Amino acid sequence: MKVTIDEHTIEVEPGTTVLQAARMIGGDCVPPTMCYYSKLEDCGGKCRCCLVEISKGSERDPRPMPKLQPSCVTAVQDGMEVKSATSPRALEARQAVTEFLLINHPLDCPVCDQAGECDLQNLAYGNKNFKTRYIEQKRTYEPEDIGPYIQLHMNRCVLCYRCVKLADQLTPERVHGVIGRGDHAQISTYISKAIDNNFSGNMIDVCPVGALTDKTFRFESRVWFNKPFNAHRDCPHCSGKVTLWMFGDHVQRVTARKDEYHEVEEFICNECRFDHKKAEDWVIEGPRKFEKDSVLNVNNYTRQLKKVKIDTDDLVLEGRKQDQKKISMSEFPFDQAEMEAIKKANEE
Amino acid sequence: MERREYKQEINITPELQARIDELLSHYPADKKKSAMLPVLHAVQDAHENWLSVELMNRVAEILDVKPIEVYEVVTFYTMFNQRPRGKYTFEFCRTSCCTIRGGEDMIEYACKKLGIKEGETTEDGLFSVVGVECLGACGYAPMLQLGDFYHEHLTEEKFDVLVEDCKQGKIKLD
Amino acid sequence: MARKILLENIHIPGIKEYEVYRKNGGYSGVEKALKTMTPDQIVEEVKTSGIRGRGGAGFPMGLKWSFIDKKSGKPRHLVVNADESEPGTFKDRFLMEHIPHLLIEGAIISSFALEAHLSYIYIRGEYMWVFKILEKAIKEAYANGWLGKNILGTGYDLDLYVHCGAGAYICGEETALIESLEGKRGNPRIKPPFPAVSGLWAEPTVVNNVESISAVSWIVNNGGAEYASIGVGKSTGTKLISASGHIKNPGVYEIELGLTVDEFMNSDEYLGGMIDDRPLKAFIPGGSSVPILPAQYIFKTANGEDRLMTYESLADGGFTTGSSLGSGGFIVYNDSACVVRNTWNFSRFYHHESCGQCSPCREGTGWMEKILHRIETGYGREEDIELLWSIQGKIEGNTICPLGDAAAWPVAAAIRHFREEFEYHVRFPEKVKNIKHFVDEPMEKVRHLLTKTVQQ
Repeated sequence: MKVTIDEHTIEVEPGTTVLQAARMIGGDCVPPTMCYYSKLEDCGGKCRCCLVEISKGSERDPRPMPKLQPSCVTAVQDGMEVKSATSPRALEARQAVTEFLLINHPLDCPVCDQAGECDLQNLAYGNKNFKTRYIEQKRTYEPEDIGPYIQLHMNRCVLCYRCVKLADQLTPERVHGVIGRGDHAQISTYISKAIDNNFSGNMIDVCPVGALTDKTFRFESRVWFNKPFNAHRDCPHCSGKVTLWMFGDHVQRVTARKDEYHEVEEFICNECRFDHKKAEDWVIEGPRKFEKDSVLNVNNYTRQLKKVKIDTDDLVLEGRKQDQKKISMSEFPFDQAEMEAIKKANEE
Repeated sequence: MERREYKQEINITPELQARIDELLSHYPADKKKSAMLPVLHAVQDAHENWLSVELMNRVAEILDVKPIEVYEVVTFYTMFNQRPRGKYTFEFCRTSCCTIRGGEDMIEYACKKLGIKEGETTEDGLFSVVGVECLGACGYAPMLQLGDFYHEHLTEEKFDVLVEDCKQGKIKLD
Repeated sequence: MARKILLENIHIPGIKEYEVYRKNGGYSGVEKALKTMTPDQIVEEVKTSGIRGRGGAGFPMGLKWSFIDKKSGKPRHLVVNADESEPGTFKDRFLMEHIPHLLIEGAIISSFALEAHLSYIYIRGEYMWVFKILEKAIKEAYANGWLGKNILGTGYDLDLYVHCGAGAYICGEETALIESLEGKRGNPRIKPPFPAVSGLWAEPTVVNNVESISAVSWIVNNGGAEYASIGVGKSTGTKLISASGHIKNPGVYEIELGLTVDEFMNSDEYLGGMIDDRPLKAFIPGGSSVPILPAQYIFKTANGEDRLMTYESLADGGFTTGSSLGSGGFIVYNDSACVVRNTWNFSRFYHHESCGQCSPCREGTGWMEKILHRIETGYGREEDIELLWSIQGKIEGNTICPLGDAAAWPVAAAIRHFREEFEYHVRFPEKVKNIKHFVDEPMEKVRHLLTKTVQQ
């Protein structure tokens, strides 16, 4: 299937999302994401940061989609044309989402451990000179203790649901979740229970903001003063492949290895993360590569990217042909007038 | 989150258990979780109209789910109470259609009469006054919900009678 | 007299009871459908009838049915949406309370047409006494062989249960309703997949409003063509209207679509005009989410044509001068009502009911409420009006489900049509601090103050 994003055309497999295709192309057209996480199932569509304009639905139905679409959960159709960074509408909507995410955010970056590697900071920075119009009091939450390893700062949370999905999919028993509703929804265990299982530390890695941070690293160092090294050890629980954040010879923090979209390559266990803070515990492979999007990647379509399986699209494909036509693209079947409109659009 | 502790005695009576079993029978055996809302309603009704953590944990056992799944649901829906409320909780509709026909005035009157503010409970634990969103009685405004029932076309006099009836235990809640 | 379909027998004493309902022709639709028709024939009849979903969106019901995935062989379900929570709407409750078997009969026929064997009625938790009425009615239907195994000896099995919600407007959205029915938080799902392919327990599901389903037995008995002969154009059949506000006779009415708004509002058969001498100021034709219209666009469209009670006519003029039939929640305001206060009230509602899943709605609805509250209580700033306009525009269309739109539209329409009231609130804070400002001094009487400030 062919899809064109910001004038770059690329061949993708059926079932690929627009976001995934954009990431294959790389560069400016990749929409920002706060809630989507390719390593977790059913994770995305909520933050609305990755909205794109679909200027041509598909070869079969070239009508543009009236609404902006969340690229992380929208499947590519053959012949689709998408405007991401070139769509003023999409950029404006993303800016609006940023403003919404910030109105109740404490903006306590100076004392936040996530500062420097925070997706919300990056998102806000991308908006350039922007002043908030919110003058009301910000919403705040009572602090909640969720155990010895993870610090929860609910005020900073953007409710991406990543940590919830992770706990569901990676740990034996989820003890935290989203409680309450609307703008008072919060991440909590409800009963101040310690989150204690061998993979809970990954919640820190998937958190896009400073809502979940590493208690063992709290106020130890700004992240930019650490030097990241790839390292590994023989671990009975996980792959043991990590990034060590070193200051001199000291290991100050251990995280999973993250790619350019800040997604971990492989989840690691708590033992690796919290209990091995000595350099001699690890085989250090060397300095971690600079991960920033490089201009070399633009137009390089050969980069391998794992295919994300989209259950939704499979289901659409399972249905009757006639359902598929109607459901996959639009809520309405084509009536005569529409057929003519399509024909006209095709001729043009 | 409120930290104050309230005690609740849990008592799954045979009648309640029978009701729970009946509700569970409405869903496929492997979809027990679907009975969550009806079971919570039944359990709450049998426990003075509120759900303590212990009671929620019990429901989690009944439905074979993790406790957090019950907490998530209970805190999402407005009809589940996480702390005790007045025995007679007057829930006044305060959405536009009621408001323009005197809904707000009724809340004010009720609060004044009972000597409490909206959202509070009288000291004897008998009455609470709560403003809630649209209850679907817009044409019969102003109105309030008490227990399972609606009291519509309210006037100050009707409310006085209602309070008196409550005090004398003449009002059925379900 | 206009034709009645749903409320034809409502005057019969005891129609709530099974015996009376049956004696008056009840369940004949089930007999006809199960014994003489195939599922596809019923779908065709419903398609022919042109009936559109009565929950608010107005999507053609027959078409929705034809989408259901029958090929995969997975079990299918019908879920009746009785989570009636749109402010201004109370028609479904009326039906279920007074003639519950009509809904059950419709649900049986519809389930048969969809080849579903396990169906549910999802009713909002606040309607607990109606829940009990339905529970009882369903038991009666089981006892008389209309539900259960081998119905009427036709070999068709159906289980129907009523499921109660627990206080969440958002569960009226079909995918949130399904989530809630699965025992989860009522967070709407991302579409596609649509419920017709993957709904309840990931199985093909159709969700229909109570009023739509209740019309099915009449359609089966009298034919889709007969139903389609009532109404105007694509607005076929009859519609229940819930009327409230400053009118003489609030309540639930069944009208033939195509009636003029004027007749509905002013004739004694229906609303009987305004409650007192105070003049009509505004109305909302389809529940709180649809745009409010000022007096000049109520009885006539912008082109000067009669405004009719149809999907098309009420929407005539788009959002600039039109509105929408929505769920048929007909709310009338006289000049004592304050549009700013009313909009704040609705905003508070949407803020309260937002599920909190996607950012624009979670953060935006609360923000709008705060600004509106400020303006209404006399603490607004001139720039707040533009700010509100901007925020609503950024919520609309950018959310997972239509609640974001529903929260944005009333604000947009209020500013579009009643901007002067917002300006009055901002410029004369001392006047609006009196909570009943327009009761004592309607806009008519203070409008001159605004022009004065402009001249200065």
